[in-house]
Amino acid sequence: MSDIPDLECRSISKSFDTFKAVRDVSFSVPQGTFFSILGPSGCGKTTLLRMIAGFQKPSGGDLLIKGKSVLDVPPNKRPVSMVFQHLALFPMMNIGANVGFGLRQRGVNKTDVTKQVERVLERVGLGGVADRPVSSLSGGQKQRVAIARCMVLEPDVLLLDEPLGALDLKLREHMKVELKQLQSEFNTTFVYITHDQSEALVMSDQIAVMNHGVFEQVGTAKELYYEPNTAFVAGFVGEANRFGATVDGKTGDAVHMVTSYGQTLLGLNAGHGLSKGDKIDVFVRPEAVRLSRKSSDVAGMENSGQGLVENVLFNGANSQLILRDQMTGAEMNVALPQTGEFRDLKRGDVISFGWASQQTRCYRAGIEK
Amino acid sequence: MEKRVNFKGIWLPLLLVLPQLVVTAVFFFYPAGQAIYQSLFIPDPFGLSMQWVGLGNFEYLLGNAYYRASFVTTAIFSILVTLVSMGVALYLAVLADRLIKGSGVYRTLLIWPYAVAPAVAGVLWLFMFNTRVGVVTWYLGQLGYDWNHVLNGEEAMGLVVVASAWGRISYNFLFFLAGLQAIPRSVIEAAAIDGAKFWTRFRTIVWPLLSPVTFFLLVVNIVYAFFETFGVIHTITSGGPQQTTTILVYKVFKDGFVGQDLGSSAAQSVILLVIVGILTIVQFKFIERRVHY
Repeated sequence: MSDIPDLECRSISKSFDTFKAVRDVSFSVPQGTFFSILGPSGCGKTTLLRMIAGFQKPSGGDLLIKGKSVLDVPPNKRPVSMVFQHLALFPMMNIGANVGFGLRQRGVNKTDVTKQVERVLERVGLGGVADRPVSSLSGGQKQRVAIARCMVLEPDVLLLDEPLGALDLKLREHMKVELKQLQSEFNTTFVYITHDQSEALVMSDQIAVMNHGVFEQVGTAKELYYEPNTAFVAGFVGEANRFGATVDGKTGDAVHMVTSYGQTLLGLNAGHGLSKGDKIDVFVRPEAVRLSRKSSDVAGMENSGQGLVENVLFNGANSQLILRDQMTGAEMNVALPQTGEFRDLKRGDVISFGWASQQTRCYRAGIEK
Repeated sequence: MEKRVNFKGIWLPLLLVLPQLVVTAVFFFYPAGQAIYQSLFIPDPFGLSMQWVGLGNFEYLLGNAYYRASFVTTAIFSILVTLVSMGVALYLAVLADRLIKGSGVYRTLLIWPYAVAPAVAGVLWLFMFNTRVGVVTWYLGQLGYDWNHVLNGEEAMGLVVVASAWGRISYNFLFFLAGLQAIPRSVIEAAAIDGAKFWTRFRTIVWPLLSPVTFFLLVVNIVYAFFETFGVIHTITSGGPQQTTTILVYKVFKDGFVGQDLGSSAAQSVILLVIVGILTIVQFKFIERRVHY
């Protein structure tokens, strides 16, 4: 791994008239990294990707590939390649012609084109199909052809614009694994944009969570999941119970608060600079909550209560329980342990629950744009 | 899923398709049948009697140098009209497709000529190129070019081609623009990022993907040049000078209604019918194979 990052953005911005799609975004992607940009639709991630590809000119900032500014380099001269949302395979060409298109544009001679096309098709597991029409392929195979068409040009950076969006759920799950394997095999830097958090979490080495044109947080999947820096990240990545509260007092990082239901809780100051009287948003992950039939089991935890089972949402390993706190009436989603310990639980039962203050992340309310 | 309706009897479905059948019969089969029937006779000049001649009208026509010349004229004319109107329309459509602002105005303005009737279009062009009072003729004269389509057959051909193609550009433009906009942007961007410049992209990506539209327009425009240009030719040149702009359709009219040779005119209609039939079959058989839908 060289010291110069494959891709570097320095406070890059893009405005359309008065609308700022991307504001002052800076990041760098080291060689061989699977870097994802995760955000809801309209957050500016596609604009950012199109600036990297060269289809749009930034309003400000600089863009470097392998340490060289590419602002004035047109898309066809940049050492980047792109897999489009709907793959954009050329329907009137066969698979070989599709994959060899870029090579032919570079003036590579015919026999070399055929050889390189065959080699890259073999690497994506599609050897010997060069003469077949694109329409004879399945969705997943088309995906691989689209990647082969990019990889044959040996780009420094491969951009992927939600390429799994058009696939059905099962294939998408499968392609997640396959994409990650292809990436490590080619050892090329991937910049992947998606609004699907599970795609980002599974595949990426680094994830940037984007919202309203800025990066809220950049980190590994685990960092984003367990230590979200902002309320937006806490809410967008993974599932969470979210409720409003008011700060009652502080001891170090610990926050004493009263929820809107009147419950007193102890939480962790995950945002910054909270003081008494501040309105806050509180996030608790469903799997952070411990269930027990005996209230003594959860009595030692900072936050606890007795809940009435409102509903059991059985979904195999992802089963959930909807509880209503008997004291306050607050609703809570709790992940059911996968041990099957609570499989006889049903609506109307009463159960004890509790969670640690470390798992109760507090952010100042209203700063989420 | 296609929705199918099943009728119990035969009378209701027959009643429903009857209007279409009547229209086709009255305005297509009856005149066509009459043309075939009359092509086998020579009527007297007053239309009082007809003499059976069998295929005599056809024999005479195919041996006639003027008629054979009209074939060549028609071929040149329709090829030129199709090429000019489609070429200009494609060029304008490509420009309009790249336009971001003001494309609505541009499109609306370009559609206007389509609303002008062929005969009116002919008169407009005739005024501009009138040998004595035409504006364009005057400017050409200033440049030292003596325009006179009344005497010069090539100039006459040029003028009717331009006038015919002009009215057709709007129509072709609309179809080309729609065709261009139906091509996914990402496909073109994919070609661009793979290193294809504008002209290469056009040649390898846009043109093949546009081929269904091009093929359709080719058929429609040739049929247009064969039949619907009558008004333009009638107003501008009346087929002259020396029959240099007498296309087959115009000759049908001239021999039949001016020359009163209804038998020959009918025979020419039949020949025209056969030619268009053959052309359409050829186009669908051979050109369509090269089209990517």
